[in-house]
Amino acid sequence: MDFVTGLRCRECGRTYPAEALHVCDFCFGPLEVDYDYEAIAAHITPESIAAGPRTIWRYADLLPVNERAPVDLGAGFTPLVRADRLAAELGLGELWIKDDTANPTGSFKDRVVSVALTKARQLGFKVAACASTGNLANAVAAHAARAGMSSIVFIPYDLETAKIVTTAVYGGQLVAVQGNYDDVNRLCAELTSERPTWAFVNVNIRTYYAEGSKTLAFEIAEQLGWDAPDHVVVPVASGSQLTKVKKGFQELVRVGLLPEGSQVRISGAQATGCSPVATAFAEGSDHVRPVKPSTIAKSLAIGNPADGWYALKAVRESGGSFAAVTDDEVIEGIRLLARTEGIFAETAGGVTIASLVKLVSEGVVRPDERVVALVTGHGLKTIEALVGHVGPTATILPTLEAFDEAVQLQP
Amino acid sequence: MPVTVRIPSQLRPLAGGSGEVSLEGETVGEVLKALDGAHPGFAERLFDETGSLRRFVNVFLADEDVRFLSGLDTPVTAGQTLSIVPAVAGG
Repeated sequence: MDFVTGLRCRECGRTYPAEALHVCDFCFGPLEVDYDYEAIAAHITPESIAAGPRTIWRYADLLPVNERAPVDLGAGFTPLVRADRLAAELGLGELWIKDDTANPTGSFKDRVVSVALTKARQLGFKVAACASTGNLANAVAAHAARAGMSSIVFIPYDLETAKIVTTAVYGGQLVAVQGNYDDVNRLCAELTSERPTWAFVNVNIRTYYAEGSKTLAFEIAEQLGWDAPDHVVVPVASGSQLTKVKKGFQELVRVGLLPEGSQVRISGAQATGCSPVATAFAEGSDHVRPVKPSTIAKSLAIGNPADGWYALKAVRESGGSFAAVTDDEVIEGIRLLARTEGIFAETAGGVTIASLVKLVSEGVVRPDERVVALVTGHGLKTIEALVGHVGPTATILPTLEAFDEAVQLQP
Repeated sequence: MPVTVRIPSQLRPLAGGSGEVSLEGETVGEVLKALDGAHPGFAERLFDETGSLRRFVNVFLADEDVRFLSGLDTPVTAGQTLSIVPAVAGG
């Protein structure tokens, strides 16, 4: 049983039943899932959650669908790692990394897709589809295979090889589109009208899909012993994840799992080659102007972010900020995290870490704060970005002499 | 000279269920006004109080977002396709 009472337009407030709807029929505003929070509050406890599976489904009461057998590969409940060595380099007091590289297909997208396809199957859909920059492609293809659904995944043709292979291997249809992600997204938005029997997870199932990102906030709070962090740094592509992380913390307060008055500052991370939301923040503008992306952080390369305005608003309301970092800084960010904490992030994680570095230097992220940085995808997905930057530190003949000559390590 | 306008499923009831209509106009704005003339109700769905496109309405001319062109003032030529598309999330 779920606690959903219906869907509501975030813009004009019109209400709808909990069906396969994603935008308000009237103003095209995004629809948001409404819950009976009083009923949830009466039902949910730290103990009831702890008795659940070690996946996102332990928070099923706060998700838009609750099935006995969800479409599940084990997404979520990923490690929250205390990052003392990185904190020391940055001059921070308490820093944690939410390591979402540990998800089944290596990114946070497993969270949203597990929710989306569970709902899609409940609604009777047999085909799972998506427009993707790669991580979502992996997650949809894998979860569709798990659920016995057909899949059709649309990607920009110039995606990293690893993301193509790690989608194609699941045996669904994979369509490479000659255009950038925004072109792929537009095509899928149009296809949604022509193929209403397909569940495009990030189009017509988006309302449910996006709710899966709340589990990042739920896990962080639970893993901190049902306490809130002071500041969370979140990468921004469409802006959906950041918006939902904020909603997640607010819901925990509302159902009594976090103390009243818990305030979490949220800051956004973008690459300068695609920073429409960071730019609007810096300019003090309410208008997120679309851009043509050019960055190695392809999983964040959304030039026309659908939830950009909400991410902007969420950051402003929470007292956070935005940072935008260059591709060189992204590479440095990936290497810094790997060197200090043993976590290998994809380029989007490099954006997060490099943005954290910048926000610390600007005094936005402070040493007296408990800080969490979201690392949302695995480095093996974007290995091309590091070619030429890292490699063998010595190449030698197989002799002791050659070794002694080439490598001067203390014994 | 006619321009083809593609209509998303949410707005098709306004056009008698059609996914595509043919209209005349010199600019994107004129074509969209003609759409409202032919099928009243489109204007309030597409435009806000100031006459700008609503935040979550995207309009593409020959597959290019008109926000990258000259917006509603972008000239259109016969045979081009104008698509109305709701904004969607990414990833």
